Amino acid sequence: MEDVGSVVAFWALAVVTLGAALVTALVRDLVRAVVALVVSFLGVAGLFVLLSADFLGVAQALIYAGAIPVLIVFAIVLTPRAARDNAETGMRWPALVLAGALAGLVIAVAVATDWGDGAREGFRETASAIGEALLNRYVLPFEVASVLLLAAMLGAIVLVRED
Amino acid sequence: MSVGLEHFLVLSALLFGVGLFMALAKRNIVGILMGIELMFNAVNLSLVAFARFLEAAERLSGQVFVVFSITVAAAEAAVALALAVAIYRRRESVDVDRINLLRW
Repeated sequence: MEDVGSVVAFWALAVVTLGAALVTALVRDLVRAVVALVVSFLGVAGLFVLLSADFLGVAQALIYAGAIPVLIVFAIVLTPRAARDNAETGMRWPALVLAGALAGLVIAVAVATDWGDGAREGFRETASAIGEALLNRYVLPFEVASVLLLAAMLGAIVLVRED
Repeated sequence: MSVGLEHFLVLSALLFGVGLFMALAKRNIVGILMGIELMFNAVNLSLVAFARFLEAAERLSGQVFVVFSITVAAAEAAVALALAVAIYRRRESVDVDRINLLRW
C-alpha cells in the first residue's frame, strides 16, 4: 500500500483503534468502557475495509460494534449491585508485565521475519467469493458453526432461566 | 512511505496486549469479557492482514477463518454473559476475587 490515502487511513485508524482500546482498559466506569470498546471495534472494521475485506468490515460493524456491546450493556445493567467499577485486582502489575512481554515478543518476531515484498493486489470484492467458499470447501465447518450457535443460544437460555 | 504487513502485525500485537491485560487484571467479569473480545479482534486483524499481503493457493482462506472466528466469538459472548448473570444471581457479586468457591 503505497498511496498517500492508504497510509493516512492506516495511521488514523490505528491511533483510533489503539487509543480507544487503552481508554477501555483505563477508564473507571464500565459503561464508558463499553462505549470506548465500540469505537475500537469500529476502528478495526475500518482497518478491514482498508485491507479490502469489505464483507468482513460490514460483519464486524454489525456484530462486534452492534450486537456484542448490547449484550455487554445488558450484563452490566442486570448486575446492579456490582458497582460499575472497572478496577483491577492485585494482579495488575504482573498482568501488565506479562501482556507487555507477549506484545513485545510478537512485535519482535513480526519485525524480524521476512514477509516477502508484499506487493499483492487487494481483493476486488469478497462477499461472493466468501459465500462460494462457505458452501463448497468449508461447508462442514459452516454446518458445525450453525450447530454451535444453536447450542450456545440454548445454553444461554438455560443458564439464566428463573426456576 | 508505505504500509506493509508488519504495520498491521504490530498494531495487532499491541491490541492483543491491551486485551490480555484486561482479561488478566480486571476485577469485574464483564471487564474480563471485554478484554477477551479485544484479543479476538486483534487476532482477526492479523488474519485479514495475512490474507491481504501473503501469497497463497487460496488467498481468501484467511477471511473465511475470520468469518468463523466472529461466529464463535458471538456464541462465546452470549454464553459468558449468561454465566455472569447466573453467578450474580447466586453470589450477589461479579468480582472475580470473591468467586472462590473452588479454592482449597
